Amino acid sequence: MSRVLVVTEQNGGVLHKMSLETLAAGQSLGEELTVAVMGSGAEAAAQALAGFKASKVVVMDHPALGVYTASASVAALAWLIAVEKPDVVLLPHTYQTRDFAPRLAARLGRPLVSDAVSVGLDEKGLIVERQLFQGKMAGTFRCDSSGPAIVTIQAGAYRADQAEAGTAPVSIVTPELGELGPSAVPGEPYRESARTVDLSAAERIVAAGRGIKEEGNLEIVKELAEALGAELAASRPICDNGWLGMERQVGSSGQTVAPKLYVAVGISGAIQHIVGMKGSKCIVAINRDPEAPIFESADYGIVGDLFDVVPAIVKELKG
Amino acid sequence: MKILVAVKQVASRDSALKPAADGRWIDESDLTYEINEPDAYALESGLQLKEQHGGEVVVVAAGPARVSSSIREALAKGADRAIHIEQDGLDAWDSLSLARLLAAAARSESPDVVLTGLQSDDAGRGETGVMMAELLGMAHATIAMKIDVEGGVLKVKRELEGGWFQDLNLPMPALLAVQSGINKLRYATLMGIKKARTKEVKVMTAADLGVEAAPLAILERLALPVKKKQGEMIEGTPKEQAARLIEKLRFEARAI
Repeated sequence: MSRVLVVTEQNGGVLHKMSLETLAAGQSLGEELTVAVMGSGAEAAAQALAGFKASKVVVMDHPALGVYTASASVAALAWLIAVEKPDVVLLPHTYQTRDFAPRLAARLGRPLVSDAVSVGLDEKGLIVERQLFQGKMAGTFRCDSSGPAIVTIQAGAYRADQAEAGTAPVSIVTPELGELGPSAVPGEPYRESARTVDLSAAERIVAAGRGIKEEGNLEIVKELAEALGAELAASRPICDNGWLGMERQVGSSGQTVAPKLYVAVGISGAIQHIVGMKGSKCIVAINRDPEAPIFESADYGIVGDLFDVVPAIVKELKG
Repeated sequence: MKILVAVKQVASRDSALKPAADGRWIDESDLTYEINEPDAYALESGLQLKEQHGGEVVVVAAGPARVSSSIREALAKGADRAIHIEQDGLDAWDSLSLARLLAAAARSESPDVVLTGLQSDDAGRGETGVMMAELLGMAHATIAMKIDVEGGVLKVKRELEGGWFQDLNLPMPALLAVQSGINKLRYATLMGIKKARTKEVKVMTAADLGVEAAPLAILERLALPVKKKQGEMIEGTPKEQAARLIEKLRFEARAI
């Protein structure tokens, strides 16, 4: 019998889309499932969570939890874990949990496996699968079972629509946070500039990655975009280099897109990029490396030198 | 201001990887190594902070003897001195054990700022830095995009999801996990490379620091990923590939 604690994330009463994915992961493991939610708006989010199969939903209510800080989140969860004594703690692998889950694990002296693609139990305890080497390797981890193991779940690893419906009672608790210690003082979130390009509305997208090597080579990819009547986009390194504006970045730190056609040129397919484009209807990948993870997401793959292949496609489209 | 930068040496980005025979890590024969890319940006941030505010940049790196090449590179770029925790088999340590090791080295330096890359290109956990902050009792921020110091306070621009940002103030000492691309990396100059030879590198072992491996999350098996969805691979010369792709997109996928 294992006890599972799923820590969801919400913002102003709206659940983060990965919260239900993590709930589905928790349901797949657990006999006794507690779902926790915190932050301002937590009570509204708890009402949504109450419609799923779980033993209970716990709202952690404390003035220090209103606006997210790692220090308050860690203190609250350390308290909840001491009260609930779960065997497994699951969180969505969001930017926010990446900020505090390691600190929680260090405080408790317990194992953390982050960005997991699957969790399972066998007679010896918890087994977690995650990728290493930017998706080029798959690792199987075993966690010590003498106390709680903490796991964060990768976006899309479980499906939100597989979270089983039900009814769970909601309770509100006030955690004892104790001394919070030194902490970052957060300001209001803001957007850098108005988005000039709405990639999410594009029917077709051609995206360039590290494989183009030099800024000048972006022209080749631009020509393909023009020939296809597509918007030009890029993976993170291209925008980091300033070769294209941040507003054209696809991925977890950029835009999420789902066009009819997505052509990935010289993009290896790190998970941070994949989460931003995997909903595309038809994905074409052009890459030199036959082992590039992007080919796993592609409907059509071309292994080859993009400097030969892309101009050939442009010529074919124009001819 | 004393700035400590934790740097990891990883297999070069373009390496062809295969699992080792025992299936516990990658086969390390014939690999070349480099400074983990996000750590290179952390180092650059440290060097820039020193240039603006004075002080000292100390690099700490853990790993086998080969790590000394990356340490020399960091010194050549301008770090003042380094600590090499020379230890084999760290790939089998979990993040918390590694954080204890690095925190033990950091503690003896009493830094004002600790900088690390957001995550490593090999294990990719993104955990070790934040765990160090907890073990050192420091405030921290992750995904730092811009770092300033004003009146003894660290001012950090942090990236949130989906194109949002947030400004944070952190009391020092603090640890920052730095995002790739936040600055422009410098190259080592010839003079820098020459100078690096005379800079101090303190070599210690985990035992010297009183830290033992006690992994609670154990990598039992490393393998090539099982291909989940294998799309259609289009073969031929570039011209043939292009023609076939266009045909497929027009008549099969109806995407153009």
